[in-house]
Amino acid sequence: MINFVELWVYLSGSPLLWLTATLVVYIAADAISLALRRHPLANPVLMAVAFLSAILLATGTQFPTYFAGAQFVHFLLGPATVALAIPLVRYLPDVRRTLVPMLTALIVGSVTAITSAVLLAKLFGLDRGAMLALAPKSSTAAIAMGIAEKTGADPSLTAVLVILTGISGAIIVTPLMNVLRLKNFAARGFAAGLTSHGIGTARAFQVDPLAGTFAGIGLGLNGLLTALLVPLLLPWLLD
Amino acid sequence: MITALATLLASQLAGEALVRLASLPIPGPVVGMILLFVLMLTRTPLPPALGETADGLLRHLSLLFVPAGTGVIQHLDRFGTNAVRLVAVVVLATAITLAVTALAFEFVARWMVNKAEKIP
Repeated sequence: MINFVELWVYLSGSPLLWLTATLVVYIAADAISLALRRHPLANPVLMAVAFLSAILLATGTQFPTYFAGAQFVHFLLGPATVALAIPLVRYLPDVRRTLVPMLTALIVGSVTAITSAVLLAKLFGLDRGAMLALAPKSSTAAIAMGIAEKTGADPSLTAVLVILTGISGAIIVTPLMNVLRLKNFAARGFAAGLTSHGIGTARAFQVDPLAGTFAGIGLGLNGLLTALLVPLLLPWLLD
Repeated sequence: MITALATLLASQLAGEALVRLASLPIPGPVVGMILLFVLMLTRTPLPPALGETADGLLRHLSLLFVPAGTGVIQHLDRFGTNAVRLVAVVVLATAITLAVTALAFEFVARWMVNKAEKIP
């Protein structure tokens, strides 16, 4: 028993344990998602996060200890973002053909993302701080944090809202598009990436490679446009 | 595979450097993606190893959000007494944005097809 406690103390402090735990929990979550034929509610990010949080809570592990291991996975977000260039090159003819619909959807979607969040918050009687943190929620986390810094929004609240937007979009997108009878995977994917950044893009790649490609474009373009639009629209929306 | 990984990392590095130098309001990896895209435009066919590595990373894109997602859950207490209203706003605004974006895309795409068909 003493040995086991010593072993735990040693292992739980090392990056190896939490890196392995992250991978194993994700593999299990992905297997469940696959077994449920990629049902939208069986979102692998949501399941893995919930399970890992439960493990951290049960073992009394602090987040920095966990992240010392998990950072190696987190680091791959950068190269993975760069890798979005590859499907973009592959589907270039499709992208060229849909340039006008895509850019129209970009402007309409980006304005809708910011405006709907702030106005709904107003309607629900939320305070100014919540509105500031909600405004950049559809942009990718790195951009949203940059915007939060400029507008004076609470950075951790912004981060939570960004991730929540990602997960809820990844869950909603498939049933919503089916209800709207939209079968165009370019339009579906683009909306998923624009609205729910990387997590929406991950969902789109699960469904269809063309959808994933357009999601990647939506994620990139809306990141740029949100950074430009939030400072312009906020004074007018908060009024 | 190592060459492919080095290509991705070098593009990201160049992107990060550009962002710093020009103080752009965009994350470095997004600029890196644009740089790699431009670089690969002239490369047909794509280097197979680069394609495989990119596909491998993107196939498990969900995994890469797990550490950040787990970190963010620790801050759920930020919601305070507003939790229900904040979640409602996020879910509703997300559904509205998804629908409006996809419908705008589809509407303009169909309009362009119809217009093209009318030209004799």
